[in-house]
Amino acid sequence: MQMLERLADEIPRFFTWGNLVLLGEAMGITLSMTLIGCVLGFVFAFIIAFTRQVPGIATLPLRTVAILFVEIFRRIPFLVVLFLVLFFIQAVARGTSLFTVAVVSICIYSTAYIADIIRGGFESVPRQQIEAARAMNFSHLQILGSVIVPQSWPVILPPAVAFMVGFIKDTSLVSQIGVFELTFRARELNNMGFSGILVFGIIAFLYFAISYPLTRWGQWLEKRLER
Amino acid sequence: MNAENSHHLEIRGARAGYGRTPVLRGVDLTLAKGEVVALIGPSGSGKSTVLRMVMGLTPPADGQICLDGEEVNYRNAASLRRVRDRIAVVFQQYNLFQNMDVLRNVTIAPRKIKKIPRQVVMENAEKVLAKVGLADKLNAYPDELSGGQQQRVAIARALCLNPEILLLDEVTSALDPELVKEVLDTIRDLVAEGMTMLIVSHEMAFVREVASRVIFMDDGLVVEAGGPKDIFDNPQQKRTGEFVSKILRH
Repeated sequence: MQMLERLADEIPRFFTWGNLVLLGEAMGITLSMTLIGCVLGFVFAFIIAFTRQVPGIATLPLRTVAILFVEIFRRIPFLVVLFLVLFFIQAVARGTSLFTVAVVSICIYSTAYIADIIRGGFESVPRQQIEAARAMNFSHLQILGSVIVPQSWPVILPPAVAFMVGFIKDTSLVSQIGVFELTFRARELNNMGFSGILVFGIIAFLYFAISYPLTRWGQWLEKRLER
Repeated sequence: MNAENSHHLEIRGARAGYGRTPVLRGVDLTLAKGEVVALIGPSGSGKSTVLRMVMGLTPPADGQICLDGEEVNYRNAASLRRVRDRIAVVFQQYNLFQNMDVLRNVTIAPRKIKKIPRQVVMENAEKVLAKVGLADKLNAYPDELSGGQQQRVAIARALCLNPEILLLDEVTSALDPELVKEVLDTIRDLVAEGMTMLIVSHEMAFVREVASRVIFMDDGLVVEAGGPKDIFDNPQQKRTGEFVSKILRH
């Protein structure tokens, strides 16, 4: 009972214009760093997945690097990647913003994961179609663009979107290095004296409010891609 | 040998395989212009591998393959390109591009790879598709067609490349029996037009009817070659006789 009284007492004080702006901005940071990191990650992942497709001695070093990158970063916790990137960037370029550090970390981590999703999608296209294209003198790039990508799209996109949406939650770890995103602000408000139940309850709702529509959008996309 | 009847395609002592498993253990074979040569033999004898080898999908590990007297270097991109530019292949499983409609399937290579003007490609494609009896399926997708129709699209796709030689790899083996005839009829038309073909087939009656020469393969080697009458009625090798009598008894 005492807890409910305390909440009732705090709620009017909590929802001030200043706090709302603070949380709005924090949501924006959470969303934008996930989006930028994952979209860049998708682009790099695509390049890595393509590199792994091109056979031959000439691309062997590139393929090796691509495989090592994916295999290593998929097995390191995100928090560790984050600190690695933080200390590495601080060593080579002091003054880089923490937001950039967060985006780079998200990008590296999502590249490794999405590259594997894309590779799976590419491999879902029957080999025989690729051989038919090779027998007709298609180049690797032409095979990728005309045969593989159009057919693997429906296999790649749903899990890739699910990964990105799921990653929104994991970006809360970024609060550990002091980026002003949702979880960081929650701890701040909590330290200012607001009840932890109230603050983290609201933050939890905000994460849900971001993720749920995006999940539904992903499901809609999946349905649409089924021809 | 004079120029007129020199061999169009000539394979000498070719060895090829997958990884460390040898499939072809020294194959000799010739194909002259206008000839229809049929490769027959039990499963696993290497017939399909011969075709895959010629196309560079399973490149030869040893031996020579010559096209009009010029040796093909399968490790050289330009040389491989020339072979694939002049020879087309039709596969057992059709291997159509599932994301493209019929018209796109047959026009993409002439347009994108051979860079032939759109107008020319379109006219030719419609003509060829009409010839294989699919003029009304231009905008259908492969998964909307029967196996026989898909295989005729695959044949049309190969023909639209204007190949000098057509390779057919067991093109009726994946079809339901009632669909075999429509595909064989299409091939009969090509034979009548004088298309040079190397055919792998289990349809013995058909082979006997259309082939100018028959080559019997077993265990990665050519056992016997000759006219269809010689091979089917009067085989010289014991192994050929066994195969022929077994398969004709069906």
